[in-house]
Amino acid sequence: MSPGPDVIILGAGPAGMAAATRLRDCGVAVTLIDEQPALGGQIWRGIETSHNGPLENALGKDYRAGAGPAAVLRASGAELRLAAQVWQIEEGWRVFVKTGDAVGMVTAPILLLASGAQERPNPFPGWTLPGVVSVGGAQIMLKTSGQVPENPVWVAGSGPLPLLYMTQLLALGGRLAGYLDTAPRENFSKALPHFPAALTGWRDLYKGARWLWQLRRTGIPVISDVAEIEAKGNDRLETIAYRRRGGEWISMPAEVLLAHEGVVPGVHFTLALGCEHDWRDDQLCFAPRLDDWGETSREGLFVAGDGAGIGGAEAARLRGEITAIGIARRLGKSSESEAARLAKSPRRELARALATRPFLDALYRPRPEIFVPAAETVVCRCEEVTAKQILDAARLGGSGPNQVKAFTRAGMGPCQGRQCGYTVSHLLARQQDKSVGDVGFFHIRPPLKPVSLGDLAALHVEESAL
Amino acid sequence: MFVRPFDSQQKAVPVVIDGETVMAAEGEMLASVLLRTVPFYTRTTPVSESRRAPYCLMGVCFDCLAVVDGVASVQTCLVPVRAGMRVERQHGRREVPL
Ligand code: FES
Repeated sequence: MSPGPDVIILGAGPAGMAAATRLRDCGVAVTLIDEQPALGGQIWRGIETSHNGPLENALGKDYRAGAGPAAVLRASGAELRLAAQVWQIEEGWRVFVKTGDAVGMVTAPILLLASGAQERPNPFPGWTLPGVVSVGGAQIMLKTSGQVPENPVWVAGSGPLPLLYMTQLLALGGRLAGYLDTAPRENFSKALPHFPAALTGWRDLYKGARWLWQLRRTGIPVISDVAEIEAKGNDRLETIAYRRRGGEWISMPAEVLLAHEGVVPGVHFTLALGCEHDWRDDQLCFAPRLDDWGETSREGLFVAGDGAGIGGAEAARLRGEITAIGIARRLGKSSESEAARLAKSPRRELARALATRPFLDALYRPRPEIFVPAAETVVCRCEEVTAKQILDAARLGGSGPNQVKAFTRAGMGPCQGRQCGYTVSHLLARQQDKSVGDVGFFHIRPPLKPVSLGDLAALHVEESAL
Repeated sequence: MFVRPFDSQQKAVPVVIDGETVMAAEGEMLASVLLRTVPFYTRTTPVSESRRAPYCLMGVCFDCLAVVDGVASVQTCLVPVRAGMRVERQHGRREVPL
């Protein structure tokens, strides 16, 4: 019977990797679990199987920087459970995982959630058609398969990711049809006051400016202040239409549309575990309430990385480090004062890594239309519930997200509200003239990922867990 | 819809999709293969039977569900390609789990 680990970490992106490596340095037994078959998270997807080819060159230096930490972690003696889906977490902490056909449980006194972010739900009419793909998804295909859209592609959205993706695509000889920039024009003046503080992070600002410049230099159409988009087709995307703020609808043929409206912390685990959350108006999302060491309102449960609030890869790595220092202190590996001393430099670096955030959050604040989509828009992709059905249900007496869920089935499908939760909350907030923070989010209950009854029956609780 | 223009160093292996053999790179995501295979969809929805294709590629949207080696409702964006995999596009309600 082997003893269980001291710490379980969920998520092998920059935060989880940094935390695992640091904890191993302190002699802490770590089990690191990830859904993907390799280390790297989304930002460094495929880094362990990448080679030094044109693809890696096009993906850029920040991508290639993931190879070193992955190799160090591999050699650290952390137990890796990859290609493993977590479907339930219980107090104590017991983490139930499914790897292929095998179901099992790992248990440890400390659990660190480093499962990162997801793209913000981005509903518009036709976003469920084959041919509409998220920009994040397209970038993952680029990283893992070197896969690109076959024909010149339309990209619609806001934020650094579309700019980065388009730069990478162009560097690989991919072709763009045009960019529909959906960031409201008024964002610019609202972002300006944050600019001086952002200058500490001038390197990041410079990167973004260079992407934009490279894009403009290609001469492809860049259409700004796009307020609404629509995708149309039978069985697959055939046409897209857009409308600039105050303008007319314009449509054009399209085979693929890549869309993106920023990223939000993945909060399903912390919601299901009953942690306190706060509504963050600056990033328009819920985030778990954390102390200085990344501990949630539930003892022994920590969060690091973009799951703690969007900060990007470097901030995620630093939050992973800081949280690991805090956990080592909790496990008695270091004193309070030693932990404070060790955390000093990563805290300083974290402040620097986050310096551009208020500026970027304001500059790329999503257009209001994605939160209150047109009536016929499918909001819940799984159960195919439209914005109108949600508003009707709310009017009939379903006042909160959970009542609306019971009435309409929105949020009951396998994605468990990952694609509709925010939209439902926003629609209700608008209708009831409340803040989204007051409306709240769906109650999230296990299983956190669909499991079959067969899986449950086959659950073999490992002896080490007892 | 999507193509893979690069000569990667990954090994090319056959995968069978609805009876048709296509070549894929060992270890790439099955969802990527489905997005370059006519007719470019993975499943139809239980409610309106409309076609869906992989959308998020990171395990969040569940539109990439298909039947893989006899197991229904598999998220193909989380499944690495192995030689000889048999994939069927998934139709309607039947197998959506819990
Ligand atoms: S493509 Fe979204 S879950 Fe697989």
